[in-house]
Amino acid sequence: MTGDVDLHFLDAVPTDAEKAAVDTVLGPPESGWDGGERQSADLRFAAGGHAARGRRDLLLPALHAVNDRIGWISQAALDYICRRLTVPPAEAYGVASFYAMFALHQRPRRVVHVCTDIACAARGSDRLCADLTERLGAPGTERQDLTWHESPCLGMCERAPAALAIEAGDPPAYAVAAPATAEALMPSPAAEGSPNGHRPATTFSPAPLPGSAPEPPEAAAVPQAGDPGLVLLRRIGTVDPQSLDDYRAHGGYAALREALRLGPSGVIREVSDSGLVGRGGAAFPTGRKWEGTARRPETPRYLVCNADESEPGTFKDRVLMEGDPFSVIEAMTIAGYANGATTGYLYIRGEYPRALSRLENAIARARARGLLGTDILGSGFDFDIEIRRGAGAYICGEETAIFNSIEGLRGEPRTKPPFPVERGLFDQPTAVNNVETLVNVLPIMLMGGPAYARIGTGSSTGPKLFCVSGSVRRPGVYEVPFGATLRELLELAGGAGTGDTPRQPRAVLLGGAAGGFVRGDELDIPLTFEGARDAGATLGSGVVLVLDDSVDLAAILVRIAAFFRDESCGQCVPCRVGTVRQEEALRRLQLGSGPRRTDLALLREVGAAMRDASICGLGQTAWNAVESAIDRLGVFGAEKETLKEVR
Amino acid sequence: MTTTPVTLAPPRRLVDVTIDGREVRVPEGSTIMEACEAMGTDVPTLCYGDTLAPRNACRVCVVEVEGARTLAPACSRAVEEGMAVATDSERVRHSRKMVLELLGSSVDLSTTPKVDEWNERYGARPDRFGPRADPAPLGERDARHAGTHEVGDGSVAATVEQPAKVDNDLYVRDYGKCIMCYKCVDACGEQWQNSFAIGIAGRGFDARVSTEHDVALPDSACVYCGNCIEVCPTGALSFATEFDMRAEGTWDEERQTQTTTVCTYCGVGCNVTLHVQDNEIVKVTSPHDNPVTHGNLCIKGRFGFQHVQQRRRD
Repeated sequence: MTGDVDLHFLDAVPTDAEKAAVDTVLGPPESGWDGGERQSADLRFAAGGHAARGRRDLLLPALHAVNDRIGWISQAALDYICRRLTVPPAEAYGVASFYAMFALHQRPRRVVHVCTDIACAARGSDRLCADLTERLGAPGTERQDLTWHESPCLGMCERAPAALAIEAGDPPAYAVAAPATAEALMPSPAAEGSPNGHRPATTFSPAPLPGSAPEPPEAAAVPQAGDPGLVLLRRIGTVDPQSLDDYRAHGGYAALREALRLGPSGVIREVSDSGLVGRGGAAFPTGRKWEGTARRPETPRYLVCNADESEPGTFKDRVLMEGDPFSVIEAMTIAGYANGATTGYLYIRGEYPRALSRLENAIARARARGLLGTDILGSGFDFDIEIRRGAGAYICGEETAIFNSIEGLRGEPRTKPPFPVERGLFDQPTAVNNVETLVNVLPIMLMGGPAYARIGTGSSTGPKLFCVSGSVRRPGVYEVPFGATLRELLELAGGAGTGDTPRQPRAVLLGGAAGGFVRGDELDIPLTFEGARDAGATLGSGVVLVLDDSVDLAAILVRIAAFFRDESCGQCVPCRVGTVRQEEALRRLQLGSGPRRTDLALLREVGAAMRDASICGLGQTAWNAVESAIDRLGVFGAEKETLKEVR
Repeated sequence: MTTTPVTLAPPRRLVDVTIDGREVRVPEGSTIMEACEAMGTDVPTLCYGDTLAPRNACRVCVVEVEGARTLAPACSRAVEEGMAVATDSERVRHSRKMVLELLGSSVDLSTTPKVDEWNERYGARPDRFGPRADPAPLGERDARHAGTHEVGDGSVAATVEQPAKVDNDLYVRDYGKCIMCYKCVDACGEQWQNSFAIGIAGRGFDARVSTEHDVALPDSACVYCGNCIEVCPTGALSFATEFDMRAEGTWDEERQTQTTTVCTYCGVGCNVTLHVQDNEIVKVTSPHDNPVTHGNLCIKGRFGFQHVQQRRRD
């Protein structure tokens, strides 16, 4: 901002609870200038300028604080946040209304998010929704005690259909029902609030909502748990994810010691030699990214761990964070060291309360032992981690939108160039890496880059996590070295089917909603970047979502289109309107209500423009899955004749 | 005669770029659009503002840069040595056509200059997505929640149309004509006015320009400088006089004269351009090339012209 800003506020008065919620994040106000009671002494000085506005990145945490405790954000609460942070109310309103988890009108304290995305749709979320509609009314119906709504992928695909209930309070509490039944989601007597003055160590209450079944252990999502051959998942199910001692007893923090011995450039050399590429979906070489960031002359530099895992069908990062949270913290520390960053931001999606609690605990414990903070392990290296929680926006996993979200702006992607290595978070050089990518750095440190590079194939190195869900008998996160075929992976997961009933796979969605479908008879595709590319598919974030004959593919495509329409940030025309037109055309095709050939041609034309002219990867890939379903699966009939007749 | 030293920016290196097969030398740091202008190649644009930082949101200016996976916005992408750009390739024409169709099918572009010409040039037919959905009632779009929407049956094409917001005497916000170019928000915010009365709210197709909680302008931080109207490319923001005259059918630009003069209110000396129809001031703009104000005015220069017209005592 330039110039001195004289902001205009509404004159609404916040309640004590709203004020207290904001003050837990921001501390009490210092004077009338930042939202406190106006005293006569305040008239003798003026506070403002950059110092007052320099805390804009606390806007998202402050909005969360109010939403968590009250259940919604009133005009008065938003106004108070704006006064505290010197943020214009119109901008703060724009930020708050960007996120699906924030409500700007009063609503019941308990909100149930029922996943209706692809994996859950393949496992009966429609029946669950019908059941809930019968008992509670249509989605969005606000009863005294709760409201429910349909949600995009909650990242609990291995236990589909999934639902997440969050109840506002001090502290807020949550419960996960997966596989969910309407019975389990029924309201139960409210919990007593925690004793006054007790600040929990974690955001969410450690006790689940009353009446709900306890969440299964972390290892339940890892069918291979305990297998000594595992690299990335080896500690899951064998260590206590809450205990730093247990982590260290299982080899934890040996990688950081090795990194400190190698020095920053040594770490980057090993990572480059390892051939590690990003596991978030874009597969960019990590060593090159770090080299680019570390080489920049500007300081400070930042590290951002992208834990906003929201790609439908993806849950590997959740499993890592829940089951082995210290490994994420250790890997971030190494990355911070290599890139010369002293602050790392861990941006975790808002729908992961257990992972959030685990990480909050891990960071607190690491800090208490001097493994975060100043002079880590006597090396002179200072590093600390701040957690930022998303609030229901898939787009914030885009590598530049995540910066805007952290900075307290709307989570809209930025134009590239400049790339994050030059100008990222707070316009400083930034390395932004996915959780799984970072966790791979630990074995690279321990075994050395060249040894790591011998795992997998020549151009896809290392172990890879796959999120196997849908119609498979043992869904979960699987670790296999690059090079296994899709068939081998499915065999590991017990084959297609549900429970004891084997079924023929009709299609497999690889890479999530931004990826593409392959047919059930194409299971010999090697699961490597080059193998997928040669087959005209993509590994993306490691989604392997199996659909059998019982699934209505047209309905799945409409769900994918609705997902992109909901999650488009709205910044550029091809994506903002294109995703709408794509959904409309797919609905006509699904219902058989429009001219089939014209609509298929229309989809192609809209899709090509989205792919070519959108600002970011969301718009560029919003047509991928639909295109592959039309081309590879022939969902809407043969296509050969269509193009010719239309043109 | 004494000479006064003039402070100049350091000379900029020239870079060679190829546009549609023709070579051109432009200063380093120029945008592709500036390079196109230098050679007389027309690039359509809607969200680009000559007094604002490019947002490259509309994507109607996209061009094909050789070797790039996706198309690039000409308005913001800087030229690089040896860059080869195509401004009229098949891919470019297709994306421009689609952007025009997507906008034309969802927004009322009846007062957007040049759109008919571009539709013809690129063969855009915005009506091919089906009949337009009924306009939303006032306030309905503002109440939409991010991340959820009612899935229709595809029989009508969704639009952003809604009744105009008339909540003050000076100007009207007709968001059924809004293409979300962000220019009004940038002009109101840190790039010019620093009033921050409006922002972008909501998400995706439901994103909209809004005051906080959609309060009426008189309750917002608006100072009625009208600098948002100055930069609006579609007529979504307009003087109340223009809005009323259009509604009556009396607005006629053919019959209007434009006179640029100096504002008489204070000593800054802003240029005001008076748009006069039938001897009445109907609108005030300001030249964007004015080195002091760059097209910006305050409430007095923009709207304080009534006294000129109060001679009639009827």
